[in-house]
Amino acid sequence: MTFAALANPTRRAILARLASGEVSVNELAEPFSMSQPAVSRHLKVLEHAGLISSGSDAQRRPRKLEARPLAEANEWLERYREYWEASFARLDGLLSELKVAETKRKRPAPRKR
Amino acid sequence: MFFPDSFKVWTPSDCEIQVTRNFDAPRRLVFDAFTKPQLVRRWLLGPPGWSMPLCEIDLRVGGTYRYVWHSEQDGAQMAMGGLFREVVPLERIVATEKFDDAWYPGEALDTTVFEEIRDITRTTITILYESKEARDTARRSGMEHGMAAGYDRLENLLQTLAGEPT
Repeated sequence: MTFAALANPTRRAILARLASGEVSVNELAEPFSMSQPAVSRHLKVLEHAGLISSGSDAQRRPRKLEARPLAEANEWLERYREYWEASFARLDGLLSELKVAETKRKRPAPRKR
Repeated sequence: MFFPDSFKVWTPSDCEIQVTRNFDAPRRLVFDAFTKPQLVRRWLLGPPGWSMPLCEIDLRVGGTYRYVWHSEQDGAQMAMGGLFREVVPLERIVATEKFDDAWYPGEALDTTVFEEIRDITRTTITILYESKEARDTARRSGMEHGMAAGYDRLENLLQTLAGEPT
């Protein structure tokens, strides 16, 4: 559910906005040039995923970030990213080696650029 | 050349993980590096401190592949394999994926797509789990093995997420 909630760019932007503190629905709607009901729908998805909650001010009903699920999702993606990053760095090295070998085989190489 | 900005890991849906990366090489070389055992063994080494003593690839529809990794430190072994469902040379590979000690139910389906744009090869790997449960189990397991969750990285995450493709 966390990842489905994060899959939408508007919802990610809302989360980024909330990272700086509690924000009311009206304030959230402004930068997105979106209607309040549309923003409310996104907020409902985020709330359902446990990523945000309602703040203390009952009248403004500001939303705030719930750090834990997001941090957990981050942790997992980060580890995955590190794994691939290391593998791809090795692959970069291998590919430049293959390119050199190919050029040598084909010599004289056609001049490019 | 290195393309840090081209490297993306994200989750397009509850059941999927997607990894995208550009490589500064023509597509035929990248395709070889992904499909020829003697080349795969040189980069797909698993976590730090692991090697890949076995890599078998029978690249055709219905053919199988098998990877075995070995930890130099404690002698632990990790293995996975699967079946090729779709093979379009230079362009696209679809294969099932299952670990020997699978910590998530069922198989996952890996789709790897290679696109060449002016000598740069964009590679997109999509891993589709059979169910949301399988996906969540894989996710939880990943966290248990990981370091303690750090809230301090939250800001970084948000910046990353805001900049991801839609």
